[in-house]
Amino acid sequence: MRNSTKLIILLGLSFLFTGLYLFQDLNGSYDYALPRRGIKVLAMVITGCAIAYATVIFQTITHNRILTPSIMGLDALYLLLQTVLIFFLGSDHITIMNKQVNFVLSVAAMIIFALLLYRFLFNKGSQPIYFLLLIGIIVGTFFTSISTFLQVLIDPNEFSMVQDRMFASFNNVSTDLVWIALILTTIVILIGWRSTHFLDVLSLGRDQAINLGVPYESVVKKMLVISAVLIAISTALVGPITFFGLIVANLSYQFFKSFRHSILITGAMLMSIVALIGGQWVVERIFTFSTTLSVIINFIGGVYFIYLLLKESKSS
Amino acid sequence: MIQVRGLSKLYGKKVVVDQVSIDIVPGTITSFIGPNGAGKSTLLSMVSRLMDADTGEVLLDKKNIKKIKSGELSKKVSILKQSNQMNVRLTVKELVGFGRFPYSKGRLNDQDHAKVDEALTYMDLHDLEDRYLDELSGGQRQRAFIAMVIAQDTDTILLDEPLNNLDMKHSVQIMKILRRLVDELGKTVVIVLHDINFASVYSDRIVALKDGKVIKDGLTNDIIQSTALKEIYDMDIHVQQLNNCRICVYFNSALQGE
Ligand SMILES: Nc1ncnc2c1ncn2[C@@H]1O[C@H](COP(=O)(O)OP(=O)(O)OP(=O)(O)O)[C@@H](O)[C@H]1O
Ligand SMILES: [Mg+2]
Repeated sequence: MRNSTKLIILLGLSFLFTGLYLFQDLNGSYDYALPRRGIKVLAMVITGCAIAYATVIFQTITHNRILTPSIMGLDALYLLLQTVLIFFLGSDHITIMNKQVNFVLSVAAMIIFALLLYRFLFNKGSQPIYFLLLIGIIVGTFFTSISTFLQVLIDPNEFSMVQDRMFASFNNVSTDLVWIALILTTIVILIGWRSTHFLDVLSLGRDQAINLGVPYESVVKKMLVISAVLIAISTALVGPITFFGLIVANLSYQFFKSFRHSILITGAMLMSIVALIGGQWVVERIFTFSTTLSVIINFIGGVYFIYLLLKESKSS
Repeated sequence: MIQVRGLSKLYGKKVVVDQVSIDIVPGTITSFIGPNGAGKSTLLSMVSRLMDADTGEVLLDKKNIKKIKSGELSKKVSILKQSNQMNVRLTVKELVGFGRFPYSKGRLNDQDHAKVDEALTYMDLHDLEDRYLDELSGGQRQRAFIAMVIAQDTDTILLDEPLNNLDMKHSVQIMKILRRLVDELGKTVVIVLHDINFASVYSDRIVALKDGKVIKDGLTNDIIQSTALKEIYDMDIHVQQLNNCRICVYFNSALQGE
């Protein structure tokens, strides 16, 4: 099967699930149910694309196919922020109650953190990328530890609010935020897309990339910032689901067997859309909300991750 | 023309390349020789901007290579490192196609395809062109990488031990191809070699490194001399004239009778 055929099939599936999700059992509720479902679909498309894109470019620049950008500690920072706000200000404070305020705060915190981290590291000359990852892991673990510590002390009722934020959910995203996220994500992906051809060369390794004329340092920095911004947006919109990126990115590598990032990224994005909308459809119509999408994602993702680890260890 | 001026590299306090200044003469093959750890790869990495130097500069046509745009430089100087790993599965032809990236930015046109084809022919790789690199022998893979550098079609080609893994036939074949690139197309080749006989037979000039310093830099025939070689390698090497070539015998001192 040619890769373009595969892409068309995935596109078809995306439309199929979107149609199914939007219109099944609508019972003529065009004013109420349809717009609500539409917003959810949009949120899933944005998150799916953002995470797929961020994960593929992150894996290419780190030359590692079992990493996700969450290793830089962004998810951990998000949870820490939510925990701290609830712990010190209470769950009825405007920074928690008002979704817009919370979104802006979260996105800003994550982006500023990522930029500071990169600035700090790149100022010390050209560090190998693994050094950056190591710092990311340490800082992320530190954030998680503080969050856990605060969560132990917190009032049980308040804790359920924190718990809410710990898992991604598409069930109550705010309409305004979806539009803002859509615009931001589109702009960021378009900026990154101009460098797609460089990514193909980057997968040959740093030295080959430089030999072939890729402005390595600047492309890597740009891609790191882009993946951080995308993760920040999607996490602030629906909660942490970067694990999901690992699944779709690897499925895309396996399915397309190409080195072209234009294909790999498009494929991973379409797979995200199919998986999220299809998954949400299953959760709502088959499990009738008795489970959540993020539980299913984490379950399937976990199994797939173990499979990848076993496969990697066999091949090396 | 590439000029190296006062180039040094330190790891901690250890100086691995020490104030190296050389001119790479255009239109020649220059061999870098020297014992393991002499700093040959490090020097080549700095000349090809893969590594930052601690002091000194590299000039290409009198301009510091750091001031030249990466895209432009990649059309003028190419480098093949001693070892090449990557984590993407490519066929030989796809890899060689990457050599055209500086020109095509990933979209190969007819001219690019012609160059790729030519490089595959040069390296005798047409039989293998659709095979995946990880399904090839070490030598076949090495040839594919050399074909990629040939497809890149730069004036200056830097090669770090390209004869690694190659059998005699293919080693000779590659040296002959490099000779042709220099003699017919006027390219400049810098090559790191361990087999000094290849250096002796095929190169115009030799630069010898030891402990990070250039200890010899001159015409091949002036360097392939027992006294000079002893200085470089600390061993007795007998040089014999065979037809027009100077051949070094170093396998066993008993063979060096006279
Ligand atoms: N990352 C590093 N850290 C510390 N020392 C290094 C590093 N890389 C190389 N060296 C040292 O620098 C010196 C020069 O290394 P280089 O690879 O340039 O040698 P070479 O002449 O290419 O040797 P060979 O013939 O074995 O390829 C060696 O002594 C090596 O141990
Ligand atoms: Mg070396």
